[in-house]
Amino acid sequence: MSDLTKLPVAERNRRYWQENLRLITILLVIWFAVSYVPVLFVEALNNIVIAGFPLGYYMGSQGSLIVFVVEIFYYAYAMNKLDAKYGLSDRDR
Amino acid sequence: MSASAQSQSVFRNRMARYYGYFTIGFIGMSLLMLLLEIFAGLPTQIISWVFLLLTMALYATIGILSRTKLLDEYYVAGRNVPAVFNGMATGADWMSAASFISMAGTLWLLGYDGLAYIMGWTGGYVLLALLFAPYLRKFGQYTIPDFVGARFGGNTARVVAAICAIIVSLTYVTAQVVGVGLIMQRFVGVDYAIGVVLGLSGVLVCSFLGGMKAVTWTQVAQYIILIIAYLVPVTALSIQLTGFPIPQLSYGQALQGIQKLEEQQGLSKQTESPVVKGKFITSGYIPPFNEGLSNAAAVDAVKQLNTQFGLNLTPPAAQSIPDPKKPELGDWRGTPWNFLALMACLMLGTAGLPHILIRFYTVPSVRESRMSVGWSLFFIFLLYFTAPAYAAFSRWQILENVVGKQISELPSWTKTWASNGLIVIRDLKVLDGVEIGKEPGWVKNLINAKSLVVEDANGNGKIDLGPWEDIGEGKGRAGEISGTVVTKARVDGILQLNELGRAVADGIDGDLVVLSTPDIAGLPFTIGAMIAAGGLAAALSTADGLLVVIASAIAHDIYFRTINPKASLNTRIVLGKSMIVVAAVIAALLAMPRLALIAQMVAWAFSMAAATFFPVVLLGIFWKRANGPGAIAGMIGGLAVTLFYMANNYVNPAFNVLGISHLGSGIFGLPVAVILIVVVSLLTKEPSKEIQDLVDNLRNPITDDEGMSKMLDKMAPAK
Repeated sequence: MSDLTKLPVAERNRRYWQENLRLITILLVIWFAVSYVPVLFVEALNNIVIAGFPLGYYMGSQGSLIVFVVEIFYYAYAMNKLDAKYGLSDRDR
Repeated sequence: MSASAQSQSVFRNRMARYYGYFTIGFIGMSLLMLLLEIFAGLPTQIISWVFLLLTMALYATIGILSRTKLLDEYYVAGRNVPAVFNGMATGADWMSAASFISMAGTLWLLGYDGLAYIMGWTGGYVLLALLFAPYLRKFGQYTIPDFVGARFGGNTARVVAAICAIIVSLTYVTAQVVGVGLIMQRFVGVDYAIGVVLGLSGVLVCSFLGGMKAVTWTQVAQYIILIIAYLVPVTALSIQLTGFPIPQLSYGQALQGIQKLEEQQGLSKQTESPVVKGKFITSGYIPPFNEGLSNAAAVDAVKQLNTQFGLNLTPPAAQSIPDPKKPELGDWRGTPWNFLALMACLMLGTAGLPHILIRFYTVPSVRESRMSVGWSLFFIFLLYFTAPAYAAFSRWQILENVVGKQISELPSWTKTWASNGLIVIRDLKVLDGVEIGKEPGWVKNLINAKSLVVEDANGNGKIDLGPWEDIGEGKGRAGEISGTVVTKARVDGILQLNELGRAVADGIDGDLVVLSTPDIAGLPFTIGAMIAAGGLAAALSTADGLLVVIASAIAHDIYFRTINPKASLNTRIVLGKSMIVVAAVIAALLAMPRLALIAQMVAWAFSMAAATFFPVVLLGIFWKRANGPGAIAGMIGGLAVTLFYMANNYVNPAFNVLGISHLGSGIFGLPVAVILIVVVSLLTKEPSKEIQDLVDNLRNPITDDEGMSKMLDKMAPAK
């Protein structure tokens, strides 16, 4: 892989932004899939019961929340890596 | 590691140590109180005061220690709050008296439908993390109107944004002040008005002396207190009921218990939806979407305004859907649209609320801001994934031990709560032997509404009940009472679920659940006092953060940026401080009549933010072509559509689209705002080169506050 940090500034920034947008889109799709989609199918999901929790109810009260927390930390982690890859790291200030 | 990164980590470790000691101290104090209560019989009044005074003294101490005259410290806590602590502060800032006390109550009442709030108020943080926080931190000024003003080039956009921020924050802070007054009244036994003044003085010591810096570090302490206070009672209840100490895992058992009891007591029934063929509405705790629409809140609000201010407004005719008398109104229960609209508005609104957004100005770097949203949501999550457990355990206990029982056999805590007016047992059997003229308030209301008639047939001055008989025309009689409400079930002395009401006058909705948990579990009074301290911490911390937003909108955006750009640093800080006092006094005055309308307005704030701040900030970052005229048109159009739907549906539930209530009206304003921003921007001139460079700069993650300030100074429009 060529050294992305040596690209012309405008090109480097453009590519960095594109990768960021792609990551945001993927995470937003997951975000939508764990919160809005289960609401549409809640009655079917409620037929599945795990440890006393009907699955539809569980997704609304815990399942989606856990995914939200993980997604945000993952984004922070992935962006730190992306920053470093393009030589835009904010670390050593 | 550079010198500044090293000093950051030293600072973080020192703070972690301080707050570690503080946590141990708080737990130690609670244990001491517990032992004194159990073994030395310490009076409950003293326990309440100790908790109250010690926590308030602590907040004041932090406020005094972090007093400051530096602008950066006053408005953005010196921009050196580490991610974890900013997360706790955001958590406390976010979770208000409503989250702490009413969240579980809402779930208790609404069952699945209440989960729209749980997902809505957490899912918004994902948007905040992915779309807003890093860029706002990069921008790194003082307020959100700062951003709107710089990005959309001009003071008009800034002033519009500042006014929106003031209106939203002022209603919000008023609701917190009401919460403070109620908690003080209930647990310390002082008068509501005195409670308000006492609580506000606590808020003022912090925010007045130390601005955002003091507020931030106090909020960290308040978060620790509120989360301990929230988790302890429900854990005890979980151990008692299921033998397992993690309530968030064990309440599945409660959900099963609820479903079984609902079936036994005939509380779950199925009806076919008249709107969607083949769709069934199942009532009960687990089945979704069985909330109807009604304008009861609007009717109550108007009546309350009339009595409080001696007005003579005509309340709208009470109406609810489904309405058996007017089946043509339709019934959207059984469909998910209202739930989805409400959830979306709460999520988008969360990401657009100024007092949360400014928290991300206070961290040292873009990098830290991303982590900080993660910590914020984690700390909020701890409370929000526990609230459904509270609700489920409490519902289970009430169905099992209270509903369907003889009134004489109710558990003793229900009697305590009934005598304090916290719950109302509405079985008419309680009237037997009551002196005429001394009936409880809810009975007097029934008598005034002519649905209950009392006649003292034997002239002994007391109400005597007899066996129930049907006297026709939908009325019944039992001894000396008769009327439409006198049904067999209401005089049988057995408590039905719908006979268990709440005293509504106190304004906090459904607060029974969290507050009654120590009683249901038979826990000592100390735990109750701890809950009160937690609720107070939740209300005070939110109020603190909001006061800073209001003060900076006036002192910074309106005065310094618009009216007098030459104002000295000192003038700006003095003005900021005096605005905090003014805002606090206004909030106290608004809180005195305890209007139900205030709580309603807080709920509306989310819809309004979703249709204004959210699209404007979003497109400002992600679409370079968005310009000033577009933003102004978008904000005004989005707000207008939202308010139009809101006002119409609020007074007349028959006005609805897909059964969406006024709480979700932002869902109609948002697309309008987006379309207007896009269309108007494309029709007008593209933003200047400087502004496009600013957007590029925002997208570059290397924090550079000095460079950003220089860039903004150059851009400052000719005044």
